Amino acid sequence: MKFVDEFRNSQSGKKLIDRIVQRSKKPARLMEFCGGHTVAIFKYGIRQLLPPNIEMLSGPGCPVCVTATEDLDRVIALSRLPGITTATFGDLLKIPSSRSSLQEARAEGSDIRVVYSTLDALDIARKNPDRPVVFVGIGFETTAPTIAASILQAEAEGLKNYYVISLHKLTPPVTKVLLDSGEIRLDGIVCPGHVSTIIGSQAWDFIPQNYSIACAVSGFEPLDILYCVSLLVEQIESSQPKVEIAYPRAVRPEGNRQALKLMEQVFEVCPANWRGIGTLPGSGLRIRNEFAAFDAERAFDIRVEEPPKEPAGCLCGAILRGVATPLDCKLFGAACTPEQPVGPCMVSSEGTCAAYYHFGGGHG
Amino acid sequence: MCLAVPALIKSIEGNQAEVDMAGTSYKASITLTPGARVGDYVLLHTGYAIQIVDQKEAQETIRMFQEMGMV
Ligand code: SF4
Repeated sequence: MKFVDEFRNSQSGKKLIDRIVQRSKKPARLMEFCGGHTVAIFKYGIRQLLPPNIEMLSGPGCPVCVTATEDLDRVIALSRLPGITTATFGDLLKIPSSRSSLQEARAEGSDIRVVYSTLDALDIARKNPDRPVVFVGIGFETTAPTIAASILQAEAEGLKNYYVISLHKLTPPVTKVLLDSGEIRLDGIVCPGHVSTIIGSQAWDFIPQNYSIACAVSGFEPLDILYCVSLLVEQIESSQPKVEIAYPRAVRPEGNRQALKLMEQVFEVCPANWRGIGTLPGSGLRIRNEFAAFDAERAFDIRVEEPPKEPAGCLCGAILRGVATPLDCKLFGAACTPEQPVGPCMVSSEGTCAAYYHFGGGHG
Repeated sequence: MCLAVPALIKSIEGNQAEVDMAGTSYKASITLTPGARVGDYVLLHTGYAIQIVDQKEAQETIRMFQEMGMV
């Protein structure tokens, strides 16, 4: 595939690794924020290819994994309301909440449809004008503009039965909180590629400026990631942290202005509840008053009677903060496997536990 | 979940484009990339083009990889 295969060339990969091995002298702890990077790093065995002084940690970049149990409980309560159709990305279906998953709710009679895009959810709404269709809006800045676009489309068409429950989360604020917490010490960050396609590389400028940590935005092919690591190594060795773009075919400093415009038109910034981290101000998106008619939170009486219950023994929260690895979890690979998952980090294809399970822990 | 893959725009009608991804045709929205034209590669994320692939930058990166270690 064009613009994919060229970035998987093993000869160039070897040269990049040689360069990293040659240049990297200082101990370097790098964190990849994004779950997509976690999967690629494990799949291509990148941890094992790097010299032992480079340690790689996985961050909180799986939108499904960071969704708080309370919020999932509300989504499931909503999906159980009579007459409602819930449309969701497949990633969310099996995530366990306090009492059930969406999949279990479906087995018990809720109308839950897995869609690939909000375009499909809009189609379901058009074809079923008598049924409210609620799309579960989960995702980072990459996905939020597509959901904003769907609300604008529904408004333009006069669709009266399309709703969104907005659980979107913003990535720079949570990164700041992780760095401020002092729980982890990092030398470099592999910044998320497709989030940065939207928000621009300049959204990360505060990291080198305020924390003196090296940053580079990476694509998702093996050469992209190795190139990103080589840029981080140069910055670390020269003690000159900045934000570089290792993915220039997709990322510009200013991002995608049109996508940002639509996102800001439909959503406003609000606090959001992150699994294992808590409620962080300014880290979520809610639907603006002008679009209240499309807001599932306002249109339906969502009630959860019982308090949320976290899966017993699950360390997902600590793993998402980068302070534990799946190998620290007693349930990993025994009571918790992809077939019988206990926590979201094992269910989601981009969860760190699933990556460790499928590809092995690697060093670091 | 932030997966996005390059796809080639074959035709455009309003905000809708027909794209080709590894030989298969898909419908995609170009609402977020109003500058997209037929013949562009776009990054496709959940049915929406989220950016136009900068082909010049892509070639530049590939060339840099090829030249690496030769000097
Ligand atoms: S292995 Fe399972 S129980 Fe342990 S942290 Fe991961 S998801 Fe949670």
